[in-house]
Amino acid sequence: MKNWEKYLMGPSKERTQERVGRGITGLSILMIGLLVGIILLFLVGKGSQLFLKDGVSFQEFIFKTVWAPGNEVYGAASMIITSLLVTMVAGLIALPFALAVGVAVTEILPPITKKIIQPIIELLVGIPSVVYGLIGLTVVVPIVRQLVGGTGFGIIAASVVLFLMIMPTITSMIIDAFQAVDQDQRRASAGLGATRWQTITRIVIPAAKGGILTALIFGMARAFGEALAVQMVIGNAAIMPSIQGSAATITSVLTTGMGNTILGTPANDALWSLALILLGMSLVFNLLMHFVTRKEA
Amino acid sequence: MTKAERIDRIATILILLLALAVVGLVITVLGLILIPGISHISWHFLTSSSQSFETGGGIFDQLFNSFYLVVLTLLISVPLALGAAIYLNEYAKQNWFTDSLRLAIEVLSSLPSIVIGLFGYLVFVLKWGLDFSLLAGALVLTILNLPLLTRTSETALSQVPNLQRQAGLGLGMAKWQVILKIVLPAALPGILTGAILSAGRIFGEAAALIYTAGQSTITVNYQDWNPFSPTSFLNPMRPAETLAVHIWKLNTEGLIPDASAVSSGAAAVLVLTILLFNLGARLIGHLISKRLEK
Repeated sequence: MKNWEKYLMGPSKERTQERVGRGITGLSILMIGLLVGIILLFLVGKGSQLFLKDGVSFQEFIFKTVWAPGNEVYGAASMIITSLLVTMVAGLIALPFALAVGVAVTEILPPITKKIIQPIIELLVGIPSVVYGLIGLTVVVPIVRQLVGGTGFGIIAASVVLFLMIMPTITSMIIDAFQAVDQDQRRASAGLGATRWQTITRIVIPAAKGGILTALIFGMARAFGEALAVQMVIGNAAIMPSIQGSAATITSVLTTGMGNTILGTPANDALWSLALILLGMSLVFNLLMHFVTRKEA
Repeated sequence: MTKAERIDRIATILILLLALAVVGLVITVLGLILIPGISHISWHFLTSSSQSFETGGGIFDQLFNSFYLVVLTLLISVPLALGAAIYLNEYAKQNWFTDSLRLAIEVLSSLPSIVIGLFGYLVFVLKWGLDFSLLAGALVLTILNLPLLTRTSETALSQVPNLQRQAGLGLGMAKWQVILKIVLPAALPGILTGAILSAGRIFGEAAALIYTAGQSTITVNYQDWNPFSPTSFLNPMRPAETLAVHIWKLNTEGLIPDASAVSSGAAAVLVLTILLFNLGARLIGHLISKRLEK
């Protein structure tokens, strides 16, 4: 082909650019998708070794409460229960406070308050979890020791730390949920002679129900997956949780155990199975949020 | 006053009291972080190396590692996330494939950081043989950072009015040129703000790093600018303990006598830096959008 023919018949410069651009951007999204697939595959593969290769039954792993890798006993029930417990307690304490702040900011106080607290919430959400863990270690644990006795390390300290950590997140999402409620609905309610409290409890909160639930689940998912802040204050004893004594969550056992076991041994495989459970739970939380939003829509 | 009005008044007071309690709590928490910490921050603390057994150590290496890791992570994750966001917002069709890609990103964002850290340990550190290194840490933080960054970039792109795209196309520009010359510049403030905010988030990350970037730091030469030299401070293959990991490490197995003072100082530095990131994000977003309005 001669040069002029190329100009006339061949693709234009723009078309080549278009192809390259589309290709590169498509490749990046494909890479991310592939990455997620690989992560899931690896974790499932590694996490099922304990059941496939080491002959531990899944039921035993889930329901047995004795965790003694030294004696080849792998029952993760105590960790699963502790993880669920501290998450629930943290979420349930945080909810009323977050709701109160949400109501105060969107319904009662002047709009300028929101402008003031927005950056503060942003900062609190951004505080790294190790810093919350540090506060837990230096402040919460001694207080718990004074009030409840024991060492202070345990589920109470862990719940408090998680509560502090997830409250800003939940609050900020609840404020958004309240603000998404149409102003007309409030006016209509007021026009019918309702007091502000009646409007809040009968109009605003029911209308924002889905958003509130999503905020709570999101916060709890974060608490469930938090590793270091919990590991620093829970005492790390893989036994059934008690008020006074030390305990361990899935994440805290993962944090402390992974460096002390050799890859490929049953003790190490058991940790990967814990990671798989963690993965499964975060997918469940995700699914729950989907379910809530879909039901709302 | 009717009964309903009385209830309204009591409820309002209760709500405000609860909210006040939260304000008190927040002030207490911020005070607990900053007050003991700030008094420990000094020039010496920021510029000297950490000690293993004695008092008087600083946090210089950890602080540098944290910043360097953020830079490395952003170098990998920003192009990738931006590409993904451009594809999703400009090219992707509404079909099951796009939906499943979006779902994948959502799943990724919900994974606990310790799980991503363990995946990185398995794949980058052990299988790829990167050992505990800055590179392994940066790759893991990239995974952690991608969902948020993709989402903020996509939001920024989607806020560019369609009329601007149509105007470009109407002038005969190719779609890719429209994206490059019109959409991207207009979305830049949002993208930058998202990138800086995400930088703040990864700056404080620790759980994903303890088994990837490692829990120790080696002596490096800050005059050696060759990234391939093993003792260079820029060498991405060296293990690097970050500031957040340092705080954790000091409080779980630290041996120095002044561990609590050093860790509260380090925590204050961490929080103040993140505050700077937040303010910086706001400022840059504000400045650029102002300039674009002109």
